[in-house]
Amino acid sequence: MVSMSKIAIGNGHGENSPYFDGWKAYETNPFHPIDRPDGVIQMGLAENQLCFEFIKKWLMEHPEASLCTAEGVNRFKETALFQDYHGMPEFRQAVAKFMGKVRGDRVKFDPDRIVMSGGATGAHEMVAFCLADPGEALLVPTPYYPGFDRDLRWRTGVELVPVICESSHNFQITRTAMEAAYEKAQEANLKVKGLLITNPSNPLGTIMDRETLKSIVKFINEKNIHLIGDEIYAATVFKDPEFVSISEVIQEVECNHDLIHIVYSLSKDMGFPGFRVGIVYSYNDAVVNCARKMSSYGLVSSQTQHLIATMLNDDDFLHNFIMESKEQLFKRHKYFTWSLSQVGIGSLKSNGGLFIWMDLRKLLKEKTFDAEMDLWRVIINEVKLNVSPGSSFHCHEPGWFRVCFANMEDNTMEVALSRIRSFILKNNESIVPRKLCRRSSLKLSLSRSLSRRMDDFMSPAGIMSPHSPLPQSPLVRART
Amino acid sequence: MVAISKIATGNGHGEDSPYFDGWKAYETNPFHPIDRPDGVIQMGLAENQLCFNFIKKWVMEHPEASLCSAEGVNKFKETALFQDYHGMPEFREAVAKFMGKVRSGRVKFDPDRIVMSGGATGAHEMVAFCLADPGEAFLVPTPYYPGFDRDLRWRTGVELVPVVCESSNNFKITRAALEAAYEKAKEANLRVKGLLITNPSNPLGTILDRDTLKGIVKFINEKNIHLIGDEIYAATVFMEPEFVSISEIIEEVECNRDLIHIVYSLSKDMGFPGFRVGIVYSYNDAVVSCARKMSSFGLVSSQTQHLIATMLSDDDFVDSFIVESKEQLFKRHKYFTLSLSQVGIGSLKSNAGLFIWMDLRKLLKEKTFDAEMDLWRVIINEVKLNVSPGSSFHCDEPGWFRVCFANMDDNTMEVALLRITTFMHKHNEAMVPRKLCRRASLKLSLSRRRDDFMSQNMMSPHSPIPQSPLVRART
Repeated sequence: MVSMSKIAIGNGHGENSPYFDGWKAYETNPFHPIDRPDGVIQMGLAENQLCFEFIKKWLMEHPEASLCTAEGVNRFKETALFQDYHGMPEFRQAVAKFMGKVRGDRVKFDPDRIVMSGGATGAHEMVAFCLADPGEALLVPTPYYPGFDRDLRWRTGVELVPVICESSHNFQITRTAMEAAYEKAQEANLKVKGLLITNPSNPLGTIMDRETLKSIVKFINEKNIHLIGDEIYAATVFKDPEFVSISEVIQEVECNHDLIHIVYSLSKDMGFPGFRVGIVYSYNDAVVNCARKMSSYGLVSSQTQHLIATMLNDDDFLHNFIMESKEQLFKRHKYFTWSLSQVGIGSLKSNGGLFIWMDLRKLLKEKTFDAEMDLWRVIINEVKLNVSPGSSFHCHEPGWFRVCFANMEDNTMEVALSRIRSFILKNNESIVPRKLCRRSSLKLSLSRSLSRRMDDFMSPAGIMSPHSPLPQSPLVRART
Repeated sequence: MVAISKIATGNGHGEDSPYFDGWKAYETNPFHPIDRPDGVIQMGLAENQLCFNFIKKWVMEHPEASLCSAEGVNKFKETALFQDYHGMPEFREAVAKFMGKVRSGRVKFDPDRIVMSGGATGAHEMVAFCLADPGEAFLVPTPYYPGFDRDLRWRTGVELVPVVCESSNNFKITRAALEAAYEKAKEANLRVKGLLITNPSNPLGTILDRDTLKGIVKFINEKNIHLIGDEIYAATVFMEPEFVSISEIIEEVECNRDLIHIVYSLSKDMGFPGFRVGIVYSYNDAVVSCARKMSSFGLVSSQTQHLIATMLSDDDFVDSFIVESKEQLFKRHKYFTLSLSQVGIGSLKSNAGLFIWMDLRKLLKEKTFDAEMDLWRVIINEVKLNVSPGSSFHCDEPGWFRVCFANMDDNTMEVALLRITTFMHKHNEAMVPRKLCRRASLKLSLSRRRDDFMSQNMMSPHSPIPQSPLVRART
C-alpha cells in the first residue's frame, strides 16, 4: 500500500460536483454541425468566442507580437530566458492600461502592483495562501462559481462560508446577509479573514450597483477583513448600467487600502483561457510582495507575456476591441434572451457576463434540488444541451440554471434554440407567461392561437415574433 | 493592523538565503561588455544559453510553430481557448518523445503520464502536495538546489531532512547516509514520505552511476517511500559516462512502480526557463490523476504548448539539437575547467549540468562557513563574479562554490577568466599545486610569465600560482 497525501486522497478537487457531470456528458457526445449534429451542445462553458476574427486580423498585421516571425525572432532568446517573477515591465504596463480602459479610465492601475499567476485559478489560490491560514475562512456570496470550492480550499485548508443571496432580492448582497454569514462563521469557530465577491457576477451576469459596493467596503472595513474582488468579467459588461469596480469605490469610501485586492485574468474578457494569464492586483504592499514570490509556481509564459504586451499596448486595438466585444455580446445576449422569452423561458435581467441565469423554477415538479437535478438530466439527455444547475453554484433556491451563450457561433446558437423550441412545442403544454424577475415584460398573449406553425419559430433572426405557442412544458413532467 | 497568513509573514520563501544575496549584488551592478564593463558577471544562474542560434534558425524555418504567422494563425482560436488540464495531445507526445531521445531511446515515456506544471518550481510543489501531508518529510541528499527549501516546504508544510553526502567520497549517496537520514527523521518524529534525488546533480554536475541508482531504488522500495527523480538536467550530460535515468533502473530492479515519479522541465535542457514548461511524470496512476487536477494552478500556456509541440515533434531538430547542445557544453566546460586549473583552481570532476562545483577549500582562512562567506564576499565585491557559496546548497563542508559557465557568451567568459587570473596573479603568492579531487593533474610551474596566461590559444600547463590573496581574505 503506497500512501499519498490526504489532499490527494480526498475530494477537495471538487470534481464530484454536478457542474462537471454535464461536462462529461458533453465530452462523450459533443455537438458538431457536420460530424455529430445530434451531439450535446456545450452551454456550460463560460467562454468568449465572439471576437476572434477581430483578434486574428490584428495578429496578421502585427508580426512583431510573435517571437517566431522575422520581425520578432530577435527577441526570442531574451524572452525564452526571462523568468523574473516581477514579470516583463511592458506586460505589466499593458495589463494595467487595459484594466484602466475597461473601467472607462476612471481609475489608473499601477503596473508595479500587477502580480502574475497561473490563470485566475492560480490567482485565487495564491490570494488565499497569502491572506488566510488553514482553518480560517472567507465569506462568499451565493450563487458562486463552483471552482472556488477547489481554488480557495483544496490545498490551502481555508474554509468558505456562504453569504446567502436570495432571488427575492434578485440575489443582491445585503448587509444583513453578510452579517448573518459572519455570525455563522463565529458560531462555527471559524475566523473570517475576508470576503470574496465576483463582480460582474458569475453565474448571475449582473453587476453590483455603487451603493451595494460601498456597503460591502464599509462592512469589510468595519470588520477589518480583506475584500477580494474577482473582476474577471469586467470587460463583458455590454450595456448600461456601467460597470463599477472596487478600485473606484475605494476612492469614494473611507477604507483601509491594505484590505483591498483584485483578481483578474484575460480568460473571459479576451477569450484567452488557454494562455493562463492570471493577475493579482493588491493595494497591500506586503501582499504584493508575498504574492510575487509565490507567483513562481505559476508565472505567465514569457512567450505569452510578449504577445499580450504587444497586443494591449496598441491603444487603437484596445479601444476597438473593447467596443467590438461589447457589441457582439450585446447582440448575442439580446437574441438569445428574446428567443427564450418567446417560449416562455425567463432569466434574471443582466448586462454582463457570458451567460444568463435562467429561471426554470416553474418547471420543477417540486421546489427541491432533487427536482432540479431531474430537470437537469432531461435537459442534458433529451434536449441535449449542457447547462449548469444552480445547485452547483450553491444557489439557495432550486430551479435556476446558468446557460452560456458566447461560446458558440451563430449556427450552433440556432440549433440550440430550435432544440429548446421543439422540445417545448413537442409536448404541447402551456406555460403561463410570468412577469419575469425585473425583466421588461414582453406581453405574451395566450389568445394567440396555439396553431402557430412550428416554422415561424424556426425562422432566422429576422422575424422576432413576440408570440409563442407556449405549451405547458413537458419539462414539468420530467422524471427520471 | 491587517492580518495576513502565517505563510505570508514567515520566511518560507527562502529569499533570505545567501544564494539570493549574490543575485542582488549582480542586479545592482550587472556586467555589460559596453555599458558596464566593470559590473558583476553573473555566474550564479544556471541557464543554458549556448544553443539559441541553432533554435532561432529552426524557428525561422517553421512559421507554423507560431500562432501569429500566416501559417499558424488558423490555429489561434482553438489554441487560445484550449484550457484542458490534460494538455494538448501533441504537446504530451512531443515531450514524451524528447524525454525518450534524451535517454537515447532506452526507455519510452507514455504521453498519458505527462502532467503539466508551472515550471519545475510548480512541479516540485505539486508532487509534495500529492505525496505528503504537512509535517511529513522528504529526504534530500546534500548539497542540493536551494529552491527546494521553498518549492517543497513553503506552502505545503512538508519538512526536508538532509542526506549528508561528503567530499571524501565525491559526494556519493551512500546507503549509510540514507539510513542515517531516515533514522534522524524518525528520532525527530518526522514521518518520511519520500526521497528526492536530482540526477544529473545540481550543484555537483555529476551523474549517479547505475549501482548507486539501484541502491537508491532498493532503499525506497524497502522503506516503502516514494522516489522523486528530478532529471531536469538530463540532456546536459556532455560526455561519458552516459546518463542513467530512474526510468531505466526500474526496468532492472524489482520495485513498486507506484513509488516512482520524475520531475522534468525544458528550462535547462533547452534554455527556455521563461516558457514555464514544467512536467511531472509519475508511474502511479492515482498521482497522475491528482497531479493533473492540481495542474490547473499552473498549466503551460497553450501558445507555448503549441510551439513546443511543433518543435519537439521534429525528429531531425531534436536529434541535432541534443548533439549540438552536448557539444557546446562540452567545449565550454572543458575550456573553463582547464583555464581554472591553470591558476590552480580545481573542481569536482563532472560531465553534466551548466556549472562546476569549484573547490576553494584551500583558500579558506579556516574551515568554517563564516570563512566561506568571507571568501564569497571577496569574490563578489573584488573579483566581481556572482558565484554561489556551498552553504546555500546545504553542503556539509565549507569551501565549495557553484559556478555557472553556460549562461554567457565567449567574450564574457574570457572577461570572467581574466578577472580570476588577474586576481590570483596580483597578489603573487605561491599556492602549492595539489592533486585535485579525481582530476587529471596538470603539472604547474611557477616561473611562467603573466602574459602567457592572458593568451587564449596557449593553454599552458604552467602557472605562477601565487599564494592566493583569497587566503588572507577578511572583511
